[in-house]
Amino acid sequence: MANMDRAHPGRIEQGMAGELHALRPSHPQEDQERQAVLELRHVTKSFAGVHALRDVSVTLHGAEVIGLVGDNGAGKSTLIKIITGYHQPDSGEIYIRGRRIHELTVQKARALGIEAVYQERALAEQQSLWRNVFMGRPMTRFGGLLDVGAMRRTTAALMRESMGFTSAMLTPDTPVTGLSGGERQGLAIIRALHFQADVIILDEPTMGLSLSETEKCLTFVREIRDAGKSAIFIDHNIFHVYSVADRIVLLDRGRIVGDFPTARYSLEELTAIMREVAATGHFRDPRDGRDEDEHDGGAA
Amino acid sequence: MTTLVHERPPATTAVARRNVRRFVTTWSSQLGITAAFVIVWLVFTVLAPETFLHSRIYVSYAQTVPYFGLTALALTMLIIAGDIDLSFPAVFALGLVGYVGVEHATGNVTLGLLTALAIGALAGLVNGVFVTLFGIPALVLTIGTQFLYRGLTLVLVNGQSYTLTETDGTIAGKVLVGRLLGVPMQFVWFAVLAIVTWILLYRHRLGHNAHVIGDNRQAAALMGIPITRTRIVLFVLTGVAAALAGAMNSFAVFNFYPGQGDGYLLPALAAVFVGGTSVFGGRGTVWGTFIGAFLIGGIEAGIVAVGLKEFYSQLIYGAIITAAITIHAVLQRRLAH
Repeated sequence: MANMDRAHPGRIEQGMAGELHALRPSHPQEDQERQAVLELRHVTKSFAGVHALRDVSVTLHGAEVIGLVGDNGAGKSTLIKIITGYHQPDSGEIYIRGRRIHELTVQKARALGIEAVYQERALAEQQSLWRNVFMGRPMTRFGGLLDVGAMRRTTAALMRESMGFTSAMLTPDTPVTGLSGGERQGLAIIRALHFQADVIILDEPTMGLSLSETEKCLTFVREIRDAGKSAIFIDHNIFHVYSVADRIVLLDRGRIVGDFPTARYSLEELTAIMREVAATGHFRDPRDGRDEDEHDGGAA
Repeated sequence: MTTLVHERPPATTAVARRNVRRFVTTWSSQLGITAAFVIVWLVFTVLAPETFLHSRIYVSYAQTVPYFGLTALALTMLIIAGDIDLSFPAVFALGLVGYVGVEHATGNVTLGLLTALAIGALAGLVNGVFVTLFGIPALVLTIGTQFLYRGLTLVLVNGQSYTLTETDGTIAGKVLVGRLLGVPMQFVWFAVLAIVTWILLYRHRLGHNAHVIGDNRQAAALMGIPITRTRIVLFVLTGVAAALAGAMNSFAVFNFYPGQGDGYLLPALAAVFVGGTSVFGGRGTVWGTFIGAFLIGGIEAGIVAVGLKEFYSQLIYGAIITAAITIHAVLQRRLAH
């Protein structure tokens, strides 16, 4: 902390954002849990006539982790890319903290506290670590001139305190090519946390990670909720998602087919449901015996 | 506090060795091109001391190298962002069509010059808009627009040449091609704009975005970088640089002909690539381009001065360019491992 940037007192707070304790809100957590931080209503999206999403409604509350699961082509990535402003929906509404947002762009979403962790796909390999941390949101002085010194120092602090990079071999100027898979994943997560996001979207964050790295990543997701922030966690692997999520939202062929609180459904039940949905497109709910058609379906 | 990754093993002497290697590889493209430049200069100086120990040839270089060097600076930024522009030699001439028209109508040289720059910007804008809006690869599009701009030039001036003696003694003339403390203004512009380019690339949002876009365009999109705007701005800057270089060239020789700029395409690109800028985008150096321009621009006169026939120049060009690019590629592969 001692060599944090003194010329930018405001940045010290930001530099510590990697430490989730700094993200903890001062007001009681219960207030936040009631409030919907993010809501999608009847969102539809198609690409070249193919329906990627049909009438999808999801609500994410404060201090909540949603696990978004579904087979390949179920629409998981389309859904998160709509939430992050990368794609615009064909129809439907997006609300952030109760306010309707028209024409959500990536920049707007990031400014409103939605950050995504896309693994290495969103890292620029030949560029330095600091350039990757501040990609799209560089610290500037005036007229677009970069404050490279502050970005280097902040990155160094994040590396030390949040990523556990203590090696002298890694500096803020090291290109990403010099990092291992786990280190890259850490960089992608730290980048999202640094900007004090309220909603963090993790796209298959455990892919390609070793067992111990996966465990650390899952702990990280739990800490997001403990800090009063929300997350949407996408994974093929329901075993990973189940252990950290409050609710599992199951997508199939562009529709939400179920929304299951993990407190009420066992992992075995959900696995069976997923298998049934993958095979038949619908399922019989072991809880109430009703068919999916009578089921509320929507997550809102 | 959970950390996501294992701590690396503690620092050892191997680390220090790797740090040295990292330093060398990081700066290798700049060290390499500078060394090549010095070696070529030493060879020329030893073989033709009567030429290379007098200032006249340097004044000549200072006047002629910036014509393609200026465009090479803008191209460096454009290529780092993953695009390219092959139409710039035609923009040399097209800008001057605007100059000729406005100067003849108003008699105002400065206004004519500004028109030329504006036309350069417009030509760059057309390139940028077509490339980004229609998703045409820049290489393909600018092959088309280079014919378009050249053809437009020929039609507009009816294939004629113009003498530009009216620029002699004007402020615009002095600023573009006069002398500052004995140094040709062409060189002053080249040096100043090299510094400006360095600032834009390494200390400005524009260069930050250009690096990321050229490195991984999908990542840039996912992180909300304004890709279309950045790419268009870089095409516009290239157009302005080409028009400025064209005006400089014409003002210096008091002549404009519609084929102007022909022959600058390959030297400018060679300067960029010899300087270590990656053809795949994401990486490049302004110093490399600056020195590369003098290396490329210096060889021809040097070959004549040392007593070789001029037609050796292409052979030696080829050898130097191929060697430089191979060295960059090898160093880059070592850096990646």
